[in-house]
Amino acid sequence: MLSKRIIACLDVREGQLAKSVKFVDTRDIGDPIAKAKEYYEDGLDELVFYDITASSDKRDIMLDVVEAVAEQVYIPFSVGGGIRTVEDANRLLWAGAEKINVNSAAVLRPELISECAYAIGNQNVVLSMDIKQVEVSDTIPSGYEVVINGGRTPMGLDALAWALQGEALGAGELVVNSIDADGTKAGYEINLTRMIADAVSIPVIASGGAGKPEHLLAVLTEGKADAALVASMLHFGEYTVSGLKQWLHEHGVKVRLKYA
Amino acid sequence: MSMLVIVDYDAGNLRSVLRACEHEGIPACISADPQEIMDADRLIFPGVGSAESAVDTLHARGLDKAMRDFFATGKPMLGICLGSQIVLQKSEEGHRDCLGLVEGVVEKFDLADKALKVPHIGWNEVEIIRPHPLLSRVESGDEFYFVHSYFTRPANAEDVYGVTDYGDRFCSMLGHKNLFATQFHLEKSGKKGLSILAEFGVWDGCV
Repeated sequence: MLSKRIIACLDVREGQLAKSVKFVDTRDIGDPIAKAKEYYEDGLDELVFYDITASSDKRDIMLDVVEAVAEQVYIPFSVGGGIRTVEDANRLLWAGAEKINVNSAAVLRPELISECAYAIGNQNVVLSMDIKQVEVSDTIPSGYEVVINGGRTPMGLDALAWALQGEALGAGELVVNSIDADGTKAGYEINLTRMIADAVSIPVIASGGAGKPEHLLAVLTEGKADAALVASMLHFGEYTVSGLKQWLHEHGVKVRLKYA
Repeated sequence: MSMLVIVDYDAGNLRSVLRACEHEGIPACISADPQEIMDADRLIFPGVGSAESAVDTLHARGLDKAMRDFFATGKPMLGICLGSQIVLQKSEEGHRDCLGLVEGVVEKFDLADKALKVPHIGWNEVEIIRPHPLLSRVESGDEFYFVHSYFTRPANAEDVYGVTDYGDRFCSMLGHKNLFATQFHLEKSGKKGLSILAEFGVWDGCV
């Protein structure tokens, strides 16, 4: 039986690990390479790096981070942030990433998904969606809207429609990130996650809001997510990967426990 | 010096396999040259993508013959993911004739349980059906990382070394003489996966 995955998310700015609260006020919390190694040794299933470097001239630092991680960490990992072309995707894959994450650039130019899927395979293209709850309307029938630019710009695009379009264009997995829940530590957006997981036939990774093990349990069962993304729960040392997995196992969730 | 060659047939990120070899202290290089492949002491053929394009590329580069000749020498060979599929006789994917080193076919998942997603992506358990020198540090129930929509069906039960349950039980590890192959990405399966690679680095090709 397939295990539910625990994925650690590392926001990297100019080579340093950062953690945002509701997508503003990021603070640096250390070396992403050391953290990646630590989580890998402790049984992490997968890693995601988001490059949140503001200036494009410093983007190449990320390639060095990816290279260094690939030399030490032998689980799948994906990289997102600033990918606008197949060339961007290929550079990251060559540096050692397994998959690439597209987000804002794909909203602005959806063909980016199909171009990447053709070039590097569907299974290596992850569509990340930043989503905000809004009033139900003709434009947004699901009541969830896609936003970009770190949550600042609403796109008038329905999240459910975008998830289905992303799948049709060739995305291999979806990250469903709730901007409302992000950084709150109050739990994942269960309704949103389940709505999308029910609608698509590709794996759904829940993101935003993890603060307690109970939140992971809820989103992996009720929320029907295939994987749960965690960040600050791990980064600040409140919880460990192995501790979280053991807890989930004791609560009936199938997770990978043997890794040494 | 003993040299391991990773076969380059434009099917995926060969560098991650190369890195994993280096991590395990196994000298390795990547090559698409039939002569270098014949001269190698051991071969790895990784792969993601489609069997169709993989088989076509092997053929265009003359690598299909090189791999068949290499197999006949008895030197150790290791296939990973798509690399485990191309050693059989035929694949449903693009209806291609494959290398035919192992009797059997490659089929697409057709699962009765529609809640199960295809591709099969994630960590899943492997049950060992028979012991193999490469599995000395692996136990039944250990989990590995899978990404695939097609699976192998060897014709002879004695070629099946491991099975995995995904709606149905499918062959996740196969072996035949000096060839061993895993459907999962052993280079992305943590320490358990790397242990198979480490054992391959010293395997003499005998079962």
